[in-house]
Amino acid sequence: MSPVSRKKPSRRKVHVELRVNGEAQEVAFPPHKTLLEVLREELGLTGTKHGCELGECGTCTVLIDGEPILSCLALALECEGREVTTVEGLAGPDGPHPLQTAFADLNAAQCGYCTPGFLCAAKALLDRRKKPTRGEIREALSGNLCRCTGYLKIFEAVERASAILRGEEVGPIDGNGRP
Amino acid sequence: MMRLPPFLYLAPRSVREALSMIAGEGPQASFVAGGTDLYPNMKRRHQTPKTLVALRRLRELRGVRRLPGGGLRIGPMATLTSLEAEAPVRRDRPALFDAIRSISTPILRNMGTIGGNLLLDTRCNYYDQSYEWRRAINFCMKCEGETCWVAPGSERCLAVQSSDSAPILCALGARVRLKGPRSEREIPLEDLYQEDGIRYLKKEPDELLSDILLPPVDGVRASYKKLRRREAFDFPVLGVGAALRFEGETVREARIFLGAVSSSPVRATEAEALLVGKALTDESIAAAADRAYSVARPLDNTDFEYAWRKKMARVFVRDALHAVRSPAEGREADRRRDPA
Repeated sequence: MSPVSRKKPSRRKVHVELRVNGEAQEVAFPPHKTLLEVLREELGLTGTKHGCELGECGTCTVLIDGEPILSCLALALECEGREVTTVEGLAGPDGPHPLQTAFADLNAAQCGYCTPGFLCAAKALLDRRKKPTRGEIREALSGNLCRCTGYLKIFEAVERASAILRGEEVGPIDGNGRP
Repeated sequence: MMRLPPFLYLAPRSVREALSMIAGEGPQASFVAGGTDLYPNMKRRHQTPKTLVALRRLRELRGVRRLPGGGLRIGPMATLTSLEAEAPVRRDRPALFDAIRSISTPILRNMGTIGGNLLLDTRCNYYDQSYEWRRAINFCMKCEGETCWVAPGSERCLAVQSSDSAPILCALGARVRLKGPRSEREIPLEDLYQEDGIRYLKKEPDELLSDILLPPVDGVRASYKKLRRREAFDFPVLGVGAALRFEGETVREARIFLGAVSSSPVRATEAEALLVGKALTDESIAAAADRAYSVARPLDNTDFEYAWRKKMARVFVRDALHAVRSPAEGREADRRRDPA
């Protein structure tokens, strides 16, 4: 990170190299821009949503070096040299991440606005814990609000994704997201 | 979209440099730690510092170190999540661990720091609102206005101390070191706070919280109990930190601090005195809880009805003391209060 230590020109842009979803990106923005603003407005990565913008709702959750943080409360310039992962970076070369598949299959997304935040928070959990308990899932996702209140489906989807990642057989589901 | 106001961003590489930067920038400058309290405030235009001196690069402000003799030094820039994994916190000081785990959410704890939580801005229903909302009531005393809307006759701001770590760290006898541009001082944590919702800290703006110092455990058993609406999320509307030093079965020293009932952590001195010199019995617990109830003076400026919050002070002090006596009793008390 280039320390910005000029007097006055606080609106002057800083040039920063961000690593987002495995790609290095040169971006210029004023120092007061949050990571959320830079992702959405400079890099066009609108998968990360803006909700309360005050750190209360979790929909702007992204991963920094694998750990979930709130992009509405992080300065983008402080993310230089760190690995930023957004919902756009979850899918692999072989298709969607098992979490994304499980969310879709179980109808764990209703209006979908909270989903990118839930997916990122859940990915951090599954990267850390091979077989999280329901309690651990609830705890890890407790900073993400779903106002459609579809939490149960979300928990089930995380459990299903966890089983898929462990290479276990998962049962079929019908068109209504029921196993 | 709620955006931050522009500012000059400085990233010092040492405490010495941070102190000279803040002194050079003057009163329009502010330190920033995790930003989880300051940035929302800046977005709502409670504070609009012209310069931010970011402390995140200062290694000397991070980490946990055991001190000779069994004490502990916690770096104020340690994130709350990082402290959850530290044995001197998790294993040796479970009440502090519980208080930290009760702060906001896991995602926010990845960003927020223990020092930031100790210095947390006071909160109030008339203050923690958007700029437009506050303008509509002609602002309040704490920011841009003249009247305290909680009690319009009040001479002082009545905003509420809302840190979870403050009551338990006060109860555990923590001390803090403050470094200024010319001198440094070390004070008991409870002396950092004062009864004023605006000037709630006795820290000068150019002083930096550099160390949080804890005494050895030395026979102390402690607990933290917190009241809030949503267990997963909210700030405390009542927090009880209790720490008792035992010799055998006898209580030799008691420290009880109530959070979120005033603009600073409130010490329940008379309740403490009722516990000292005897075993911790149901009777002494009930008597101390009764006495603590009288020092809790919550006002109508947070979530929940304030008269009920005052009643809950008795219940939570009682439950905190039961938890000190045995963790199993504490869990039983939690279940009784909240069967879900």
